[in-house]
Amino acid sequence: MSKKYDAGVKEYRDTYWTPDYVPLDTDLLACFKVTGQEGVPREEVAAAVAAESSTGTWSTVWSELLTDLDFYKGRCYRIEDVPGDKESFYAFVAYPLDLFEEGSVTNVLTSLVGNVFGFKALRHLRLEDIRFPLAFIKTCGGPPNGIAVERDRMNKYGRPLLGCTIKPKLGLSGKNYGRVVYECLRGGLDFTKDDENINSQPFQRWQNRFEFVAEAVQTAEQETGERKGHYLNVTAATPEEMYERAEFAKELKQPIIMHDYITGGFTANTGLAKWCRRNGMLLHIHRAMHAVIDRHPKHGIHFRVLAKCLRLSGGDHLHTGTVVGKLEGDRQTTLGFIDQMRESFVPEDRSRGNFFDQDWSSMPGVFAVASGGIHVWHMPALVTIFGDDSVLQFGGGTHGHPWGSAAGAAANRVALEACVKARNAGRELERESREILSEAAKSSPELAIAMETWKEIKFEFETVDKLDV
Amino acid sequence: MPFQSTVGDYQTIQTLETFGFLPAMSQDEIYEQIAYIIAQGWSPTIEHVHPSGSMRNYWVLWKLPFFGEKDLNVVVSELEACHRAYPDHHVRITGYDAYTQSAGACFVVFEGRS
Repeated sequence: MSKKYDAGVKEYRDTYWTPDYVPLDTDLLACFKVTGQEGVPREEVAAAVAAESSTGTWSTVWSELLTDLDFYKGRCYRIEDVPGDKESFYAFVAYPLDLFEEGSVTNVLTSLVGNVFGFKALRHLRLEDIRFPLAFIKTCGGPPNGIAVERDRMNKYGRPLLGCTIKPKLGLSGKNYGRVVYECLRGGLDFTKDDENINSQPFQRWQNRFEFVAEAVQTAEQETGERKGHYLNVTAATPEEMYERAEFAKELKQPIIMHDYITGGFTANTGLAKWCRRNGMLLHIHRAMHAVIDRHPKHGIHFRVLAKCLRLSGGDHLHTGTVVGKLEGDRQTTLGFIDQMRESFVPEDRSRGNFFDQDWSSMPGVFAVASGGIHVWHMPALVTIFGDDSVLQFGGGTHGHPWGSAAGAAANRVALEACVKARNAGRELERESREILSEAAKSSPELAIAMETWKEIKFEFETVDKLDV
Repeated sequence: MPFQSTVGDYQTIQTLETFGFLPAMSQDEIYEQIAYIIAQGWSPTIEHVHPSGSMRNYWVLWKLPFFGEKDLNVVVSELEACHRAYPDHHVRITGYDAYTQSAGACFVVFEGRS
C-alpha cells in the first residue's frame, strides 16, 4: 500500500526503534555506547543514532516516498545497560547490506561514524564494535599476504618475529640510518622499521634511505644466513608519491613496505594493499592518530573496530600495543582484538570486549605487532600474551644496550628463543620468567648486560579505557 | 673505567633461524621439543640439505612427513638415521600443521659441516 506524504518532524523512534526486529545474517550490526543529553528518552536517542547513520534526516522529506525506505533504513533493535554506568547505554543497530559499497571500508565508516557523532542530542557517542556480515567481507581484499604466506616468504617458523624501530626517529642521514638497520639485523632481528614520522624529510630523502637500507638488508642476510627485512615507509602526501616509493622498494627487491593507515586514510590503504597483493610485497601497518579516536571510554571508535577495518582494508602487520610497555592497553581487551586480527571465527565474548560473533571465513590473518617501551624483562609476558603470530619490537630495548644495537638485538633474540623453548617444554613463562632469562643469560653476555640495564624499568599506570564490567 | 673497555665487540654469527641463538640443545631438550610437536597434533617432518643450500625454501624431504606419528622414539630414530645417511648435511625437524599449511615449529637438530 502506498504511503502519504506528511510534512513535518516525526520522532525518530517511530521509524527507527524496532525492538521486534530480528537481524539478518547479511545485516551489518553495530554496537554504540550512547550518552544522551539529559531528559531525552533512551529509545529516542538510540533511534536518532540509527537514523542519522543511515537513511534519516531531521525532517520528513517528500522524496523519501520515491523509494522503499523500510528496505534501506538502519534500525535500532536492542538497548542494554552499560555495567556500572548509569548515564550511558548500549544501542545495537542493524544496517542492510545494500547501504554500503562493496569492498569499501571508507564507505562503511563515512556512514556509521559520520555526521551522527556531532549530533546535538548526544553528549558522547562511541562505536564499540561492528559485526561485518560475511557477504561484505567477501568483497574486501584484506591482507595482501597473511600470516602463513609471510612465514613462508621470510622463513620464520615456530616463534614470534623480532623487530625494532630505528632511532633516533628523526634527523639521521640516509647512510647513518642504514648503518643502524645493518647493526640490528646482523645482531639477530628479523625486521627493522622506519619510524612513522620518517617519510621524506630534508635531512633524509626517501630514495636515499631506500638505497642504503637495501644494502644493509642484503649484507645482513649474506652474513647471517637468515632472511631479513626493513619496513620501508611509503606513506606520502599523495597516492602518486606513495606508489612511486612502493615501486622503488620493489625494484630494490625489498620484501616489505609500511603505511600509516589512519593518517594516510582508508582509501589510500586499501589501494596500497591491492598493489602489495599484485606485487608480492608484505605490508606493515602503523596506527598513528588511533589514540585520538579510541582512547576516550565514551566517545570515538574503539580500537577493535579500527583493527577489524584494517583487516578488511588490508595489511599484514598491525600495531596493537604491548599491554606491558609504555602505551595504553588492557590485557583482556587486547586479547579480544588480536583475535579479530588473526582468527577465522571469533565468538561474542563481553569479557574480551567482543560484542558479536564475527565470522572472517577465508580472510587472511594479520600479525599483531607489540611495540613501545618494552625490553628483555617483558619477553616472557609478551610471548604468553601475543603467542607466535606476532612481531615483538624493541626500540629503546635494542639501541639502548650498552654495547650498541647489534648486541641489543642479540639479547632480545636470545631471550625470545629461550622463552619459546621453555614454553614448548611446558614451563610457565610468566611465573618462571626470572629463572628462564637468567639461565639463558649464562651463555649470552649480551642478554646478561641487557637484564642489568633495564632491571628497574616499569610502566605501571592504570589503564584509562577499561572494559565495562 | 674508560668507556671503551666496558663495550664488547659483537661478532655477527651465521645462524639457522629459530633457536639459532641458543646453545646446542641436549638430547633431553631435543626430546622435549619433539614431544611438543606431537602434543600439538602436528606432523613431525624431517628435512636435510647441504650447508651451501641452507637459505633455500626447499630442503630435501627425508622419506615423507610422519603423519599421525605419536611415538617420540620413532621420530628420534628417523632423525638419527637421516643424520647417519647425510652426515655433512643440516638436518631439521618441522611440526607441520595441515590446518594452517604452515610449520608450527621448525629447528635444526644436526648442523652439517660447511
